[in-house]
Amino acid sequence: MNGILRIAFKLLVNDRGKFTALLVGITFAVFLMVMMTSMFAGILSRSSSTVTNIGAKMWVLDPAVNNVSSSIPVPDYVKDAVRSIDGVRYAVPLYSGGAQVKLANGIYQAVTVIGLDDASLFGRPELIEGEIEDIYAENGFVVVQDAEISKLGNPRIGTKFEINDHRGVVVGIAKANISGLFGIPTLYTTFNRAISYLPSTRFTASYILVEPKSTSDIPHIKQAVSKLGYQALTDDEFVQKISNFYKYQTGLGINVMLMTAISFIVGLSISGQTFYTFILENLEKFGALKAIGAKGHELVSMILFQAGFTAFLGYGLGVGLASLIIMSAKLRMPDYAAQITNLNLGIAFVMVLIIAGISSYIGIRRVIRIEPFDIFRG
Amino acid sequence: MASLAIKATNLAKWFGEGDARTMAVKSVSFEASFGEILYIVGPSGSGKTTLLSMISGILKPNSGTVLVEDRDIWKMESDELADFRLNKIGFVFQDYHLFSNLTTVENVAIPLILKKNDWNQSLKVASEYLKIVGLEKRAELPPVKLSGGEQQRVAIARAIASRPDILIFDEPTASLDGDTGRKILEFVREHILNETRCIIIVTHDSRIFEYAHRIIHMEDGRIIGEEHEK
Ligand SMILES: Nc1ncnc2c1ncn2[C@@H]1O[C@H](COP(=O)(O)OP(=O)(O)OP(=O)(O)O)[C@@H](O)[C@H]1O
Ligand SMILES: [Mg+2]
Repeated sequence: MNGILRIAFKLLVNDRGKFTALLVGITFAVFLMVMMTSMFAGILSRSSSTVTNIGAKMWVLDPAVNNVSSSIPVPDYVKDAVRSIDGVRYAVPLYSGGAQVKLANGIYQAVTVIGLDDASLFGRPELIEGEIEDIYAENGFVVVQDAEISKLGNPRIGTKFEINDHRGVVVGIAKANISGLFGIPTLYTTFNRAISYLPSTRFTASYILVEPKSTSDIPHIKQAVSKLGYQALTDDEFVQKISNFYKYQTGLGINVMLMTAISFIVGLSISGQTFYTFILENLEKFGALKAIGAKGHELVSMILFQAGFTAFLGYGLGVGLASLIIMSAKLRMPDYAAQITNLNLGIAFVMVLIIAGISSYIGIRRVIRIEPFDIFRG
Repeated sequence: MASLAIKATNLAKWFGEGDARTMAVKSVSFEASFGEILYIVGPSGSGKTTLLSMISGILKPNSGTVLVEDRDIWKMESDELADFRLNKIGFVFQDYHLFSNLTTVENVAIPLILKKNDWNQSLKVASEYLKIVGLEKRAELPPVKLSGGEQQRVAIARAIASRPDILIFDEPTASLDGDTGRKILEFVREHILNETRCIIIVTHDSRIFEYAHRIIHMEDGRIIGEEHEK
């Protein structure tokens, strides 16, 4: 390490109290920012879990739909029209809706029911027990082995229950994918059983799932669907639409952004203030260095180094702490919705850079203006 | 005759403007040579520190010139001036200005490190200078653990470690008792002074006048007299 920076390093870390205060400030700010944004990212990813789990390339939906669970039924003629669009390999209906399950012990539990196209079973889950064909068996339902399954009393194959006054029996256990937002179990059945067991309107399909012949057909399909008065979205676009809904049209997103901004401001004020005090208390030393012959840019590099070092260390500690908490929360609560994404890390990193930048800017302004004469006069 | 180290001509410095203006130094000219210890003495407020700062490249005069080894220092760019201070001048500040977060030996190494010497090499040289001032055993302590006289010696070691031609002391004995002060001056005269060095000391302290080769008296921003070693 460059000797001047090494002096800067020693001046910083040997000032234990202030260095600790600085680190705590930045760590805490990063921790809060990462926690808030990770929780939000977790919630967002769950809000579109059905889209991800079904895995269709394209979704046809009513343009007013902005999250999976509140779907607006699509009439059958749309399905037929979509099937005849050039570039569509196949198009199948999907049912997605809520129902009440009455367990053997008489307790009611809300569930999400997904009805798969009877012919293709498109969007079928991966089973860990049982055979997918058994879904055609009388009253057959597949239950997803996720964090919510205990709410159904941990059913096994053969477990019987009542669903909206119809009989149901578990014929398979599916591997958990991304859990949903609302913490309720998911059941799969066939489309026809879903619409006959569960109350539905005149139109029955929640979505039409489309497999295009190739990706180059997508723009054309979209256009043709919009002529029908419906919207065709790729899975990514649908996920984005749902995210945007939660981000901008519910209090959730705004609150998270506010909390992130508050964490940033708290971090900035704690660290900026402490760093400024640190610089003020060391002003005499910077002045002495200047008198002895340190150049302006050398003093600037010392301050940038001190601010940068603290910021990166604080960033690392903050991210580490957040990961630790999220990990241990997930151990205790498998359902805990938080995930650290690169975007979150990036946001926190940029915020930390800004904190370091502003702190060093005010420090540098002070240090550049010191008159070594004042040091000299004592 | 020893060669000329510093030639100051018609130096003047004032602070503030209008009614608030104080003339700290009014048209001062003097010379200092290598191989001599020059004292600048005078009452408080007579402009001694201001004068020292102008000849050492720390405070820009309002008028007049300072030639150091025939170079006009106030015509230099700020980085060049910083290099001049680093290479030519050794400062012993009135209240030492040692760095409490560094060890004693690291304090002494500062000018060497600023001169871009390698860290370990700088510490090695610094510890030799600590030995010269008799403090090699204190090398790893923080300066606050040292007595006032010892801190003064650390400041001297730091000032001489970069082998400057000109050493500037402002009130080196002001916070020391008479004995310690005399010991330090004796030390400076015996071990620090040589034919290629010029030492300028500002002081109030008449107890150490005997170590000067020449004394310049200042009052109210002017030189009012000069006396030579008997
Ligand atoms: N930065 C400044 N602003 C205003 N006035 C100043 C400033 N620096 C010095 N002065 C004034 O200039 C005059 C000379 O000050 P200087 O510090 O050079 O005196 P000095 O002889 O070193 O005194 P002392 O023996 O007390 O250290 C004093 O009147 C002082 O008040
Ligand atoms: Mg003075």
